[in-house]
Amino acid sequence: MKIAVLMKQVPDSESRIKLSDDGRSVDESGIKWVMNPYDEYAVEEALRLKDRIGGEIVIVTAGPARAVDSMRQALAMGADRGIRIDCDPMNLDSYLTAKILADVCRDESFDIIFAGKQAIDDDCGQVHIGCAALLGWPHVTPIEKFELKDDNVTVRVTRAAAAGVKEIVESQLPIVLGCEKGLNEPRYASLPGIMKAKSKQIREIKANTLIGSESKRIDARTMQLAPERSSGRMIAGTADVAVAELIKILRDEMKII
Amino acid sequence: MTKILIVAEHDNGKLKKYSAELASLAAGLIDGGGALAAIAIGDGAAAVAGELGKYGVTKLFVAEGSDLKRYSAEVYSKILCDLISSEAIDIALSTSSVMGRDMMARAAMIKGVGCAVDCIDLSFDGAVLIAKRPIFGGKVIANLKLTSQIQMATVRSNIYPLKIKSDVVAEVVKLSYSIGESRAVTRDVVCTDIGMKDISEADRIVAGGRGMGSKDGFNILKELADAIGGSVGASRSAVDAGYISHDHQVGQTGKTVNPSIYFACGISGAIQHLAGMRTSKIIVAINKDPEATIFSKADYGIVGDLFEIVPKLTESFRRLLSE
Repeated sequence: MKIAVLMKQVPDSESRIKLSDDGRSVDESGIKWVMNPYDEYAVEEALRLKDRIGGEIVIVTAGPARAVDSMRQALAMGADRGIRIDCDPMNLDSYLTAKILADVCRDESFDIIFAGKQAIDDDCGQVHIGCAALLGWPHVTPIEKFELKDDNVTVRVTRAAAAGVKEIVESQLPIVLGCEKGLNEPRYASLPGIMKAKSKQIREIKANTLIGSESKRIDARTMQLAPERSSGRMIAGTADVAVAELIKILRDEMKII
Repeated sequence: MTKILIVAEHDNGKLKKYSAELASLAAGLIDGGGALAAIAIGDGAAAVAGELGKYGVTKLFVAEGSDLKRYSAEVYSKILCDLISSEAIDIALSTSSVMGRDMMARAAMIKGVGCAVDCIDLSFDGAVLIAKRPIFGGKVIANLKLTSQIQMATVRSNIYPLKIKSDVVAEVVKLSYSIGESRAVTRDVVCTDIGMKDISEADRIVAGGRGMGSKDGFNILKELADAIGGSVGASRSAVDAGYISHDHQVGQTGKTVNPSIYFACGISGAIQHLAGMRTSKIIVAINKDPEATIFSKADYGIVGDLFEIVPKLTESFRRLLSE
């Protein structure tokens, strides 16, 4: 089975984000880069599928040179090879990112594509869905459970809809699946895995060979830091006293309740 | 004349509050000219015409066949795309709900346009929409310009106020639609938390962290939530410890919420948790650790035993609200 995992490298969630003076870009100095947390579930599910029925896992990433580090992490976990679409110095939107990833995936003739349900930097969650649409494949996102039936073409997933409702969805391959937390527990790369990863192939493609004359659909202009919350008032006293004071504040001052 | 189409969500004919908010937002955008229509899909869809009319929707397109009983990304996005084409829609909006984000992302790609996700502000710059949206887990606000022919966006719930505009019921137009070729089919729907409202829609949230100690520990939070008509949330630690399901998780790998009041009980206040609730109007923190980070972000803090404090709060609210 030929399996793809769409993977993005993002700033670690602890990172303090600093912006350039003109607010047009992020100051990358001091940022710790990691594999998008949701993509870890995607890599792990691909590995479990390969462990079960065999095949090849290709990590497909649209990103700058530093993204190779996170790709190596996926390779160290057990993926077989990678394809990096070098986008530098362009800042692509979801539309173009989906397009170039779909182009690569189409050429590779994958049977199934796993992706994290969204990247924690831009929080869009659209690229993997856009890929599915462009490939003419169904997609299901976000999934908490995945099963490939014994016929090796029927897929059964549990989609987390709103309010604790779970949808059991079935489809034939090929399909794109957006992975949610809870799908699995991602494995740690072993030392032998890390060593092997160093010599696994990562092919590089330039984004502009895929973009052609297409253009962005959304113009990202400026950014600003969101207002920080500051600490308010500590309410002292015994439990009874504090509770009474809080209720009074919420009712009288805040008119919240 | 600008034509806006909103995706109205409903529970068997009962309009979602966030869809009413969306209608109010859209009505505000076309104020003084333009047409506002809505599309509702699934059983009971036509019943939302009255509610939507109040907020300024003049036409409600309805797709109600038995083949639409269950959600399908391919089917719903196709119906949306076909309607956008046939009605020459300029702007398509939905809430950034689980369903909204899913079908809009696919629809946008099919139409070859961009979609701004989870917007907290939308305004016109001439005929073009300018959107503000949170990124990096809410640490940064991005300003975007929607440059495609058809402009699409999903908007966050619990931000836009409801504005009653009229008393005219929206005209209902039954859509003749085609499902097209849909390969992923929903075979079954299981409700794991009966009566649960999605916390991303909740206006009042009582959330618990590792400090709750157990599954049962969350019972006192449920009682407080019930007393104030709110929902129960949780930190990642509590979910990972198995105290409560992931559907209640607030934070970077959980849900983003925007309530009027957020009680953070036994929650330390990790950055990733903050990412999910930092826009709450009021944050009340209850924690036995005076050094907990949460206190530096909360409007009101009580250092103490939450197992003593929370039940007392519940009792007080019950008394207050019964007056």
